[in-house]
Amino acid sequence: MKYIEPHGHMVSRTTDDYQRIAMAGCEILCEPAFWAGYDRSSPQGFYDYYRQLTDYEPKRAAKFGIKHYTWLCINPKESEDAGFAREVLQIIPEFLDKPNVLGIGEIGLNKNTKNELAIFEEHVALAKEHDLPILIHTPHLEDKLKGTRLIIDSLKNANVDPSRVVIDHAEEHTMPTVLDNGFWAGMTLYPESKCSLARAIDMLELYGMEQVWMNSACDWGISDPLAIVKCGLEMKRRMYDEDIVQKVIYDNPKKFLSKCPNFLQ
Amino acid sequence: MKAQKQDIQDLYFMDSRFKLLDIAAYLDRVDRHDGEADFRHPAFLSAIQAMLNPAEGLTRAQAVHHAFSDHSTEPVESATIQFAYGAVNPEQ
Repeated sequence: MKYIEPHGHMVSRTTDDYQRIAMAGCEILCEPAFWAGYDRSSPQGFYDYYRQLTDYEPKRAAKFGIKHYTWLCINPKESEDAGFAREVLQIIPEFLDKPNVLGIGEIGLNKNTKNELAIFEEHVALAKEHDLPILIHTPHLEDKLKGTRLIIDSLKNANVDPSRVVIDHAEEHTMPTVLDNGFWAGMTLYPESKCSLARAIDMLELYGMEQVWMNSACDWGISDPLAIVKCGLEMKRRMYDEDIVQKVIYDNPKKFLSKCPNFLQ
Repeated sequence: MKAQKQDIQDLYFMDSRFKLLDIAAYLDRVDRHDGEADFRHPAFLSAIQAMLNPAEGLTRAQAVHHAFSDHSTEPVESATIQFAYGAVNPEQ
């Protein structure tokens, strides 16, 4: 079945993974900038990372017929050092005109600190200045509920159009608030944390199938690049028709991505 | 939704039974070993109670999330760790 992977960190994956997801039906993949698993030691490290995301990785994906897009930012885990983060923020505009850049992301919060929130707000201002959509990372586990509320309050204060924002890693306790406020919600399918396949489908049943997408967020940790297509199969086991499955794993992400100036229909 | 209750049971009963036994065995394992359990253990037990008796307006899954969540509302001054424990550490 054809599908879009709206959130995958392919710089951490092997070329074999590109081959596997292409064979499974992945046509488009979007890669947000994120934490490398360690703190980078200089803004130059981010410069090289952005080159990788905007130049090298699209070519690697294209070898398997996959169109590669990216989102740029400094992630919240490295935003606690606000001075360092601001140096990195100054680099980002140089890359925003690259043809595969969708917008600013994945920005957000990690431990819900004042510095993280300040850098989040500066990213939002950058997105507004360039009229770009935003992809948001919500914190992990015990920090998610509070972080999601802080993020939504901040976006409201900044008068951001919620229909151009995806708030990702939503779960049962945050998804209703995200959707009720007009934002898009992302569900991340992880083998050990975030959403299982069954729970993701439960959330579709409980909160609706509009303004929602699912992703694997595959990265250097325990994660599954095939999670979306596996969830599509799980939906079929739950007796959903093919057109509903396609809406969730292809049409919905395409609808949101179409709001990004560089996204090719 | 086309699936009926028995379809859901057919799909998920065995898997959920397996996971429930894993939880029971985990609690036995913690009980059996020496030393003191930390803040995660009472949080886990509270989450089980929340699941069985969810507060009004919450699903069982939401009640479990809420039992493990930080309910404070103001940003913290700074972070001393980058990871999350899965339950609120009163010392953080």
